[in-house]
Amino acid sequence: MEDLAIKILGAVLTTIMAFTVGMFYGGFVRKLTARVQNRRGPVVYQNFIDLLKLQSKTTNIAHGFMHHMAPIWMIIASLTTLMFLPILNGNLWFPNISFHGDLIFLLYMMVFGSLGMALGAGQTGNPNSAIGVTRGLSQMVGFEIPFVMSLIALMIQYKTTSIQDIMIAQNESGIWNMFSNPFAFLAALFAMFGMFRYSPFDIVGAPAELASGPVSEFGGKYLGTMMTANSIFSFFKLTLYVNLFMAGAGNINDVGIVATLIAIVILLIKTFALYMVPVFYGWVSPRYRTEQAIRYFWAWPSALGLIGIVWALI
Amino acid sequence: MTITENNIKQPIGEYIQNWARKHSLFVLAYGTGCGAIEIPPTMTSRYDAERFGIRGAATPRQADVLLITGYLATKSLKRVIRVYEQMQDPKYVIAFGSCTINGGMYYDSYNTINALDRYIPVDVYINGCMPRPEAVISGFVELQKQIASGNAYNATKYKENLEWYRENQKKIIKNWRMPDYNW
Ligand code: SF4
Repeated sequence: MEDLAIKILGAVLTTIMAFTVGMFYGGFVRKLTARVQNRRGPVVYQNFIDLLKLQSKTTNIAHGFMHHMAPIWMIIASLTTLMFLPILNGNLWFPNISFHGDLIFLLYMMVFGSLGMALGAGQTGNPNSAIGVTRGLSQMVGFEIPFVMSLIALMIQYKTTSIQDIMIAQNESGIWNMFSNPFAFLAALFAMFGMFRYSPFDIVGAPAELASGPVSEFGGKYLGTMMTANSIFSFFKLTLYVNLFMAGAGNINDVGIVATLIAIVILLIKTFALYMVPVFYGWVSPRYRTEQAIRYFWAWPSALGLIGIVWALI
Repeated sequence: MTITENNIKQPIGEYIQNWARKHSLFVLAYGTGCGAIEIPPTMTSRYDAERFGIRGAATPRQADVLLITGYLATKSLKRVIRVYEQMQDPKYVIAFGSCTINGGMYYDSYNTINALDRYIPVDVYINGCMPRPEAVISGFVELQKQIASGNAYNATKYKENLEWYRENQKKIIKNWRMPDYNW
């Protein structure tokens, strides 16, 4: 009974943390972008204000069942993926339901949100949405290949499909995967550019070209829910990367309150540093066309992924 | 529980909602007329409207504020009406320039409308031919004041007086080939 209570409490804590951190990161990016463009920019909690405003819109249109379902689907998919991810090493405070083989499971679950989005956007009947969905799925086919390759390299290297085990192994050997298999890391890093959809890979939303693409018919509360889902999902992606390549955060032998807080701070530092990579790259890049983006992913990143697998084998 | 600010009493829930609405305005710029050229400087580094929470929206569904930036040709009026009716409540309209107020220098033109608020309700007018970015931002601040005081209810008025608006609109748009309700 107590076990279950701790699990539920942990799940709630994880959700709150992922939401807050994801939203704040979005705000930081807006602020930093503004500073780079020599503007003052919005306040860092601007995303929370936007969310509150979107949730206090009083009308919403209806295009049909899947249109209603899409935001819910997205948020469920984000939360599910989050629940299967070990947030800290030594899962006492965030006892999520990670298990052996969760890496493969997560690989499947990660595309669920986008699929729900695609179905919902399809039902709105807006031509911009249709183009956006096509582009999004093509881009996903693009970046999934280097991403999966780098994950396979890790699986071969450690002979396990459990994220927790990979974290522990890194902590024991003291070398992050980032350094022990740099090729796999680079491949995954390139895939990350596609995942976060900053320039030059913002071909899905493409403001001023596709009128925000798949979400063009979603306003008010629907948009707010999607924003929440996206924030949670970006925290998930960052934490997954940190777990896999930067040894995660926290120490399995020390799970006291102070140690946990320190671990969370370390996690935040690592995720933020990682998050800045696609953001920095985005600041100096224009937008690719769809076929350029796919070619980009299938060229060097995939080659690096392949080298990573070979590296892990020998 | 109520909150009193600037002599206006509001329930606390409404106060918070209005505060959020005020600080997060997604703008859909309908770039008619000459005024559209004033939007880029307003949004970019020089005048930086984003520090007020003003941000561009891509589609009417996501937008809160509709900007009409200058004279409206009779043809574009139809599109403006559709766009306005597709926006979700609460929604606001800001009209730029003398042309939207009384026709400006196109007051006797055969193919522009004169007073915009006969066709859609306008919350804030910014005068000038054309208004500079400072004036645009001051217009936004005026709108923020209205929102904060809970007085920006023009969208409701539109629904209540729909017949009158429709009558005016149909006088201009002869080939009214669209549904009578667009929302
Ligand atoms: S008010 Fe002046 S600047 Fe604005 S649309 Fe009319 S003529 Fe052009």
